[in-house]
Amino acid sequence: MQRLQHVFSGRGLVIAIPFAFLLAFFLLPFLIVGKISVSEMETVSFKDLVTYSDGVLALTLKFSNYVFITQDSLYFKTYIASLQYAAATTLLCLAIGYPFAYFLARARATLQPALLMLVMLPFWTSFLLRVYAWRGLLTEGGWVADLIVDLGLDQVLLAAGMISSPGKLMHTPFSLVLGMTYTYLPFMILPLFGNLAKMDLRLLEAAADLGATPWTAFWKVTVPLSKAGIIAGSMLVFIPCVGEFVIPELLGGPETLMIGRVLWDEFFSNNDWPMAGSVAVVMVLLIIVPLALFNKYQAEAQERH
Amino acid sequence: MKLKAATLYRWFGHGWLGLGYLFLYVPIVALVIYSFNDSPIPNVWRGFTLKWYTALASDTEMLAGLWLSLKIAFLTACGSVVLGTLAAFALVKYKRFWGRTMFSGMVNAPLVMPEVVVGLSLLLMLVSVQRALGFPERGMMTIWFGHLLLGMAYATVVVQSRLMDLNPQLEEAAMDLGARPHQVFWLVTLPMIAQSLVSAWLLTFTLSLDDVVLSAFLSGPGSTTMPLVIFSRARLGLNPSVNAVATLIIVVVAIGVVAASYFIARAERQRQRDMAAAAKG
Repeated sequence: MQRLQHVFSGRGLVIAIPFAFLLAFFLLPFLIVGKISVSEMETVSFKDLVTYSDGVLALTLKFSNYVFITQDSLYFKTYIASLQYAAATTLLCLAIGYPFAYFLARARATLQPALLMLVMLPFWTSFLLRVYAWRGLLTEGGWVADLIVDLGLDQVLLAAGMISSPGKLMHTPFSLVLGMTYTYLPFMILPLFGNLAKMDLRLLEAAADLGATPWTAFWKVTVPLSKAGIIAGSMLVFIPCVGEFVIPELLGGPETLMIGRVLWDEFFSNNDWPMAGSVAVVMVLLIIVPLALFNKYQAEAQERH
Repeated sequence: MKLKAATLYRWFGHGWLGLGYLFLYVPIVALVIYSFNDSPIPNVWRGFTLKWYTALASDTEMLAGLWLSLKIAFLTACGSVVLGTLAAFALVKYKRFWGRTMFSGMVNAPLVMPEVVVGLSLLLMLVSVQRALGFPERGMMTIWFGHLLLGMAYATVVVQSRLMDLNPQLEEAAMDLGARPHQVFWLVTLPMIAQSLVSAWLLTFTLSLDDVVLSAFLSGPGSTTMPLVIFSRARLGLNPSVNAVATLIIVVVAIGVVAASYFIARAERQRQRDMAAAAKG
């Protein structure tokens, strides 16, 4: 009784309301997905959701879902490809975003709010529409496509295996990675900027006094100190990219398989809800380590004060 | 020699920032320009027209989607700010309570969790509940639940970072002067975090207005939001009506965000002047 009173006190309610919401709408759904993907299908609640009418048959099918995912080479390839595309996107975002955040953090203080605003602004305009815009830019006759072909860069992309025929840029691994890099770049820049802007510049002076060249000081002082920002930014890019659906659907092609699309098709085209559930569970297992890293970083950032 | 290196460094910095902004803004500029293109084949410029905008006025599918999206976005923004503020309070003010690690993990996870996973799991849960209790039907309310989950995560981050910057002495002073906890909240804390609540409201409003994946999983017959309409058209190829919608959204959002940040910055300066005056007084 005393415990109950405790929950209904001011403090209790502040914690209990959001906690209950998250338990009901975040944790419980995950448990249900896990259950649907592994447990027997004769439970009344899901029997008529799946197309298999015979419960026993469905049970064997359930086990085969996971066996299928792990053994079928298409699923396996798709998981590997998703991880590769996500990793490539993360590296590109880091390569573009780190210098960007660095120069932003060292820009004149009076300009910084406006410059930061300019990074945020695309983030406020529809993500769907910005991805759609790349379709126009990359199809033949589009501004970026013309530029790339005129500069002869399509030969480079061809040699790198990012496109399969010169001049054709859309629906290739190139357009997919470009679209994801474009979309997630602000997620890399903002945590890096937050980190680099707070850095104590006297440390660089100390390094210079001790004889380090600016280049050495950058690699030995600035980069290690921004490690937390690098991890946060990379996780903010990598994890959602693994399961990305809209960008592969609009910019990818038939050969750029990504797991988010497979899940979507299992659900919407094949109507195979248990299979979609199994795909989702395996996807979560793939990102569980980066997810834990991200949560650890977030928790540390929140405790720092 | 030293001067030369410094100049080079500066130009490299300017160049990198310039190219970065070009990368971020070229697609947006292209969208706007081609919305005025008279050719039905996008990418082939054939002169200026406003016909895609006039066509939009009679595009009932798009307009119905817009109205539904605005309703959901409004409800999402309000709900997310309330839930996010509570969650941020719980995390900042109470360092110890049962399940705190799990709580903070669950608050942050939707920020990065692939939306297909969140959408699928929410849908399967809602369907289970519906089988057991007979409600809720898939539609506006179920989309709202999904957007609330996502919006709450973003709102929590925004409010939390503001709460952590607050000077706890102000609240302690109010308490010493005899204010009750709820009075401290309404009279002291809330006015100080009001700007972050406005930012969180605007952010979650736009997030909801933009969401495709969660809405696709959670929508039912007759509840097609605007992003779902846009997505189904964009999937089929380039479509000038999408460019026209995009341009309108970009204009409204740009004006809204710039105006909001201007007022927020002005209020912030005023607050700092007041605080400086109070400190002197």
